[in-house]
Order: sequence, then C-alpha cells, then structure tokens
Amino acid sequence: MANKERSLIAVMGDEDSVTGLLLGGIGHIDGKQKANFLVVDSKTPLDKIESTFEEFVKRKDIAIILITQQVADDIRSMIDDHDQAFPTVLEIPSKDHPYDPTK
Amino acid sequence: MSARMNVFPTRMALTAMKIRLKGAVTGHSLLKRKAEALTRRFRDIVKRIDDAKRKMGKVMQVASFSYAEVKYSTGDIGFQVRESVKAAQLKVRSKMENVSGVQLPTFEMFSDGQNSFELTGLGRGGQQVQKCKDTYAKAIEVLVELASLQTAFVILDEVIKITNRRVNAIEHVIIPKIENTIRWIGSELDEQDREEFFRLKKVQNKKKIAKDADQKERDNANAEKDAAAAAAPLNILAEYEEDEDVLFK
Repeated sequence: MANKERSLIAVMGDEDSVTGLLLGGIGHIDGKQKANFLVVDSKTPLDKIESTFEEFVKRKDIAIILITQQVADDIRSMIDDHDQAFPTVLEIPSKDHPYDPTK
Repeated sequence: MSARMNVFPTRMALTAMKIRLKGAVTGHSLLKRKAEALTRRFRDIVKRIDDAKRKMGKVMQVASFSYAEVKYSTGDIGFQVRESVKAAQLKVRSKMENVSGVQLPTFEMFSDGQNSFELTGLGRGGQQVQKCKDTYAKAIEVLVELASLQTAFVILDEVIKITNRRVNAIEHVIIPKIENTIRWIGSELDEQDREEFFRLKKVQNKKKIAKDADQKERDNANAEKDAAAAAAPLNILAEYEEDEDVLFK
C-alpha cells in the first residue's frame, strides 16, 4: 500500500467548520492551486460536491477526508460505496448538527 | 460437487492422502483461531471507535464555541483564513502495525514546521484567534485518531471475511473431499485384496482338482492290478501237488 505520500487531511463542510479546521492548520494549496478543502453552502450544486469528493478520493496525497454529516447525507450513496481503506472518510458534526452516533 | 480426487488406488496414495488430511485439519484449526483473534480485536476496535466518536463530538463543540467567540470579538475571519492557506502545517504519517498477521495502518499527526498563519493583521482578537487555533488543533488530533481506528475497522472487516471464507472452504469442501478419497482408496484396496484372495483360492482349487484327478488315476491303476492279482488267488497247495511222490514211485 503506497501510503508514504498520503499525508493530507481534506475537509468538506459548511463554512464555519472548514474555516475552524483550516485555522488548525490542515489547509493545503499545492502549486497547481488545488485545494484540499471545499466550503459547501446552500448555493453549492450537488455535482460539485460529488466531483470534489471523487477528486479527493482519487488524489494520492490525501489520507483522511473529513466531511460534515450534513454534506455526507447529500452524497450518502457515494460515501457508502467507498469501501477502500485509503483515504479514510470520517464524518464530523457541525455547529447545527450535533453528532449523531447512529449514522 | 466432486466427491473425491483423481488418484490411483495404491497404498502410497492412501498414505499421501492421510498426510494431507492431517495437514488440512491442522490448517483449519489454526485459521479458525486466527479468525477468532481477529474478531476479538475487531470488537475491541468497534468499542474504541464508539468512545472516540463521542469524544470527537464534544471536542468539536468546544472548538465551534471558541470559533464563535472569535467571530464575536474579531468579526468573521473566515475569508482571511481561507485566503492565507498555503502549505498544510498539520499532516499525517501512516505507520503499519502487525496485528496477528494483518498489517493495520495507524495515523500519526505531525507538524510540518512552518507557521503560515501569521495573522498579525487580526489585531485585538489575536489571543482569541490563537486559542481557537489551539482548540481546533486538538480537535484534529482526536479526528486523526478516529480516522486510524476507522481504517483499521475497514481493513479488519475485510480480512475477517476472507479468513472465515477460507475456514469454511476447508471445513466443507477440502476435508470431505480428502475423506471421500481415503474411503474410496480403502474400498478399492479391499476389493483388490479380495480379488487376489479369490484368484488364489481358485488356483488352489484347480491344483487340488488336478491333484485329485491324478490321485484317482493312480488309485484306478492300483485297483486293476489288485483285481488282477485277486482273480488268481495264490494256490500254495498247487505248488505242493507238483511235487512228485518221492516214496511211491
């Protein structure tokens, strides 16, 4: 498993969650202006979310994808289909959605 | 479902099959033990994941609150933060751990060094921003740990399924196959023995019959001689009669 290169933590979620996590220091923009985070708000189209998720999954340098439960619900089928060990998909609570352990 | 293997029914094949059966039984019990150990570990991980998730929920809430505080005192710094992202400071490293034969990755967080958030432009909120940054850093630590557990969970699940499949395959396919082969070889060998025995008996019989026939012929020949001999009984007196009278001649 070539995971020596996998080192980044990607984020997908609402503005506050993403900003907070970026403040923590996981944000990364590489030379080609590709970011490892996506702010999802009510105006973001569904296919943008889906394509970003797919892109994050395909990228070889992302080890973990953090995604708020709201956004995860939007692309629930894609997340369920993702059964690879790398990158790991982790659902996190957001401000308005306190953690739901049943998901 | 083929019941047995294609071998010649010889004693050598029988011994070979017996050895194989022993190997299969040992392999089966070993694999079963491995599956049990893995399942135990799996359950342990599930419990740890549950705990970690609750912890994450709490830690994220704390972080959110501190962010709200920052927003209150400094205004929305979101845009600034997003724009000032360059290279990630917090990254993860994966280490492989061997758990009863399975390579499980664990994520280790490490700091890449450069602190690209000088954030000097945020003035009076600087301290709060720093505090928020720290809370989020702590939250990320918890998240990384959870992610490790989750990967372990997924991988273990897969491995357990494979191992169980192998255990079942050995138990329900391989061992019966070998046993059937052994039984079949045994029965073939028995039949060969019986054939051998029968052939032997037949040959013995034939020999016996031939011998009997011989004996009978000889008996017959003797019997004729006897009969011939018996037809002319020994007349001892007759011998005497041929003697001339010596006195009265």
